[in-house]
Amino acid sequence: MKNKIVTSVLALLAIALVTTTITVSAQELHREKSLYRNIVVKQDGDRRCLVFAVKRGDQHQTCMSTRDPKLLVFPYVRMTLAGLLLNPKPKRVLMIGLGGGSMPTAITELVPTAHLDVVEIDDAVVRVARRFFDYKDTMRMRTYVSDGRVFVKRAALRKNSYDMIFLDAFTGDYIPEHMMTFEFLEEMKQILNEDGVLVANTFSTSALYDYESMTYEAVFGEFFNFKMPITANRVVIATRSGKLPEPEALKETATSLAPDLRAYGVDITTYPTFLETKVDWQTRNRRILTDQYSPANLLQGR
Amino acid sequence: MQSTQMTNYLVMSLAFTSGFIIMCVELLGGRILSPYFGSSIYVWGSVITIFMLALSIGYLLGGRWSLNNPNLARYSIFFLVAAVALIPTILWGDAIMDQIFLHVEDPRYGSLIASAIIFFVPTVILGMVSPYSVRLLVENREHSGQVAGRLYFVSTAGSALGTLATSFYLVLWFEVNSILISAALVLTACGGIAQFWHHFRTEESEAGSTCRPPLLKNPLYEE
Repeated sequence: MKNKIVTSVLALLAIALVTTTITVSAQELHREKSLYRNIVVKQDGDRRCLVFAVKRGDQHQTCMSTRDPKLLVFPYVRMTLAGLLLNPKPKRVLMIGLGGGSMPTAITELVPTAHLDVVEIDDAVVRVARRFFDYKDTMRMRTYVSDGRVFVKRAALRKNSYDMIFLDAFTGDYIPEHMMTFEFLEEMKQILNEDGVLVANTFSTSALYDYESMTYEAVFGEFFNFKMPITANRVVIATRSGKLPEPEALKETATSLAPDLRAYGVDITTYPTFLETKVDWQTRNRRILTDQYSPANLLQGR
Repeated sequence: MQSTQMTNYLVMSLAFTSGFIIMCVELLGGRILSPYFGSSIYVWGSVITIFMLALSIGYLLGGRWSLNNPNLARYSIFFLVAAVALIPTILWGDAIMDQIFLHVEDPRYGSLIASAIIFFVPTVILGMVSPYSVRLLVENREHSGQVAGRLYFVSTAGSALGTLATSFYLVLWFEVNSILISAALVLTACGGIAQFWHHFRTEESEAGSTCRPPLLKNPLYEE
């Protein structure tokens, strides 16, 4: 009798265990509505993702592998590391937009001497990154909860300057239009050192692509328009001086960076050939985006 | 009689235009503040707070002014002054926000102070239009509720259209300052039309009274 009870209890436990492991295979770890968006953290196998608002199946998300936390899962995140080809050892780095926090962490590991300021508008995203994505403030990495544009304006007032700025503030759902304008790019240029580099993860589709490209060109002159066949994102890499390194120099730097970057899933030696400067955007009936004229969200629909 | 009806239509159209422009400027307000204070919910909170406060004071003042010999000539002054009050927004908005940005760190209070300085005055004046319009339209006490209802309908419909037009189309076609300058020009035109109509009607009624035989001016007949 006792044995029977024990076996049935054990059987029940086993069933419970099996069902929980099944549900765990695509489990929602966290969900919250912040001031700016809906935030969901999902675990699917060994992939943990921070998912922002879902729009017609197009989920904007950043993921990390819980088995291999270093791995940068998404191509566009890997692509932004191409900024290091122009300056492999930036001393002061500004990162606008935190996401899951994999990029800033990667930069501090890759360039141990770098000091990072990370700006994120949504403190809920910062909390989630700390709790679920191993994101930590360190002696050399500080996080600020602020609007990116306001932060840059304040940095200019304080005469702070950076060797590299990563701008990753755009999701497909809503574009902060005041961070697309000529004036904003000018403000970022102002806080870049003389040989400073701006790396911006932006759009490659819709009419907005033309407007945005024209705006970057108006502020920085020629820039690297970095697109790869595997993703619809494009990464703009521009310099304050307007001078861009020769392909040979890029290849050389890529070769020297390659061993360190392999752990992050980045094959940087393939990047230099995609760093294009060719104008492939339409300029007819297009104008640059300014604080006076910036209907970015409306243009994206076209 | 027909001229009175024309006047009523004119007052309604002017109240509609005023409603349109209030919301047009309010929506541009968020756009104007965002380079300095971001575009977060508190920036919209600041803009809306200042507009609501300014309108409430405008209603109070407009109602008070309507006690004192209300006519279209005085009414036109609201539109002309509101047009002038928009000029600092266009010319010195950035300079004002530069100063506020320097002195106020917290973007919530920065945006609140900025919208107070930039938008309070023109909005107070535009708010005065509504109660004054009611006074110009009301002929007797029984109809006052109906007249007020109709006026709110017209001016709020103007606001709805102003919101839609600005956010859907105007920002896509024009620069912020071009829209503001157009708004100031439209207000000036409104003021001009009200002035013109006032003089036209005064002349008309003066002409009418001189033609009228003195017999009709019998005090018994009048009341």
